[in-house]
Amino acid sequence: MQNFSGVGVSPGRIIGSVRQMPKPVSEPPVGERLSSSMTADEATASLRAASKVVQSELQGRAAAATGASKAVLEATALMAADPMLIKAAVKLIATGTSAERAIWESGASVAEMLHNLGGYMADRATDVLDVRARIVAELRGVPAPGIPQSTEPFILVAEDLAPADTATLDPAKVLALVTSGGGPQSHTAIIARALGLPAVVAAPGVDELVDGTEVYVDGAAGTVSVNPGADEQALVAAWLLAAETLAVFDGTGSTADGHLVPLLANVGGAVDAVKAAELGAQGVGLLRTEFCFLERDTEPTIDEQVVAYRGVFDAFPGKKVVVRTLDAGADKPLPFLTDTTEPNPSLGVRGYRTDLTTPGVLKRQLTAIATAAADSPAEVWVMAPMIATVDEAADFAAMCRVAGLKIPGVMVEVPSAALLADRILGEVDFVSLGTNDLTQYTMAADRQLGTLAALNSPWQPAVLHLIKLTVAGSIAQGKSKPVGVCGEAAADPVLAVVLVGLGVATLSMTARSLSAVGAVLKSVTLDEAKRLAELALSARNADEARTRVRAELPILEKLGL
Amino acid sequence: MSERKATIASRVGLHARPASIFAAAVGELPIEVTIGLEADPVEDAMDASSILSLMSLGAANGAVVVLRAEGEGADEALEALVKILETDLDAE
Repeated sequence: MQNFSGVGVSPGRIIGSVRQMPKPVSEPPVGERLSSSMTADEATASLRAASKVVQSELQGRAAAATGASKAVLEATALMAADPMLIKAAVKLIATGTSAERAIWESGASVAEMLHNLGGYMADRATDVLDVRARIVAELRGVPAPGIPQSTEPFILVAEDLAPADTATLDPAKVLALVTSGGGPQSHTAIIARALGLPAVVAAPGVDELVDGTEVYVDGAAGTVSVNPGADEQALVAAWLLAAETLAVFDGTGSTADGHLVPLLANVGGAVDAVKAAELGAQGVGLLRTEFCFLERDTEPTIDEQVVAYRGVFDAFPGKKVVVRTLDAGADKPLPFLTDTTEPNPSLGVRGYRTDLTTPGVLKRQLTAIATAAADSPAEVWVMAPMIATVDEAADFAAMCRVAGLKIPGVMVEVPSAALLADRILGEVDFVSLGTNDLTQYTMAADRQLGTLAALNSPWQPAVLHLIKLTVAGSIAQGKSKPVGVCGEAAADPVLAVVLVGLGVATLSMTARSLSAVGAVLKSVTLDEAKRLAELALSARNADEARTRVRAELPILEKLGL
Repeated sequence: MSERKATIASRVGLHARPASIFAAAVGELPIEVTIGLEADPVEDAMDASSILSLMSLGAANGAVVVLRAEGEGADEALEALVKILETDLDAE
């Protein structure tokens, strides 16, 4: 049996058949000419036909979509047969250029024109390039880029998934995700955990799997096996049984000896919040407010924001809801806030820093949050992302006070904030560790790069030491100011035990992980958790830290985690 | 040659959803329609059925554009198109 080994990022065991994500469409060679068997008129006709096929496929997808993505798909469908795009390509064909090369060049000049217009238009340049790739794929008779369409559920194999792929990923069709690239913090991992799909990332060689191959995927162990047999079927059955016990969270996070650790949910809107409340979340540890802003050309009004926030607050009467102010930039650009031409967006104007370049947006957002909080039954806390200095924390706290928000805090994602956590906690009432960015910045390793997956692990002892230092800052301030975790680390039941051992007060995660984290946490006492934290801190590397702690948690095997 | 002026009513200007709706409407007509900014010379007018042309036109909210068409039914067609442009499509 052929096996592939990678990093398990979302637990679950399943057997299914493989569908490869089509490779990105390669550029037709510069100067590619019409083949001798084809006239310019025939090539033009085939280009028009291909563009119509792409257009009707996109129209079909638009019809099935809703909201903002429907509007984008409708516009993209129009672009596919747009006279400006096609006419320029037809002119090139008339000079003897191949249809593929002609549409490629025509698409490039249209995209450049849109890019130069800036703002919203610049973002649409990507849509033109997507349309161009689809037309070239159609001309070549190869599958269109993007998630394959299939009537049967399948295991999706890709190099890595992009945030845009989430929009077209149908959880009813995709059984599991396997990627050759990506890391534990990649979008693939985040998507998988949010959808509750088993996932293995950074598994070299899986690109070679042929469509239709039957494989067994273990999203906890990080393995993919070809031609599974009776053993694997038994493992799947055992997982299904364990999954039943894991399906429920009783609504109280605590260790075996009764040390309470509220388990909260990360949510991105009212729909998420209602679902999280149903799954027993003890509050919201991270409300991503980008949902109000993304795919918009202009800033939402205060009234629009109030309605959106209230929808989340209403799902958690009497409970804590931590609102993160707008975190735009880097992988979440916004046309009216961020400069997409920065050479290094991760180190650029993002998060709280956008208040420097576009003052006013944050102030209006705080007003909206305060208005929504005023007549809400939820206990509303507010925090700013990407805080690097004590002064920034103080300024943010002052803005919150002006807006009438009582409990300001900041995220600890930049190592400088972890190092000076005691002073930062002198200015604000709480901090929340964003472990994804904290890991990326501590290890100087891009979250999206599969080749750096090993560096990009929150199990890195250096990252764990920064978390410990942050907790020490809270202790220095008299322990009354809590340290929470709202990164992906909190969703890993093994790492969650370590975080509690390090002194983290609350864990916030995708709601689907609540039951697994709750079950494992209940199997250890606080003293055991502290001992396991020491084991991880003193490990030589991330792998050793994880292996050491896993070995001490027998419940993992029982639950198939 | 028939000619009509219209003031862009959509808050975001003539792009995104409003541009899609307008381009699709022009595309369904049997005649060719051009669009240009009021201040621009006639020869700069662009194909109104092209969403990419509409986007590059950069007609903001309140901008005045000129629609031109020739042939049978041109007047009626332009009247209908003016109505689309003078409706705040974003609000719907």
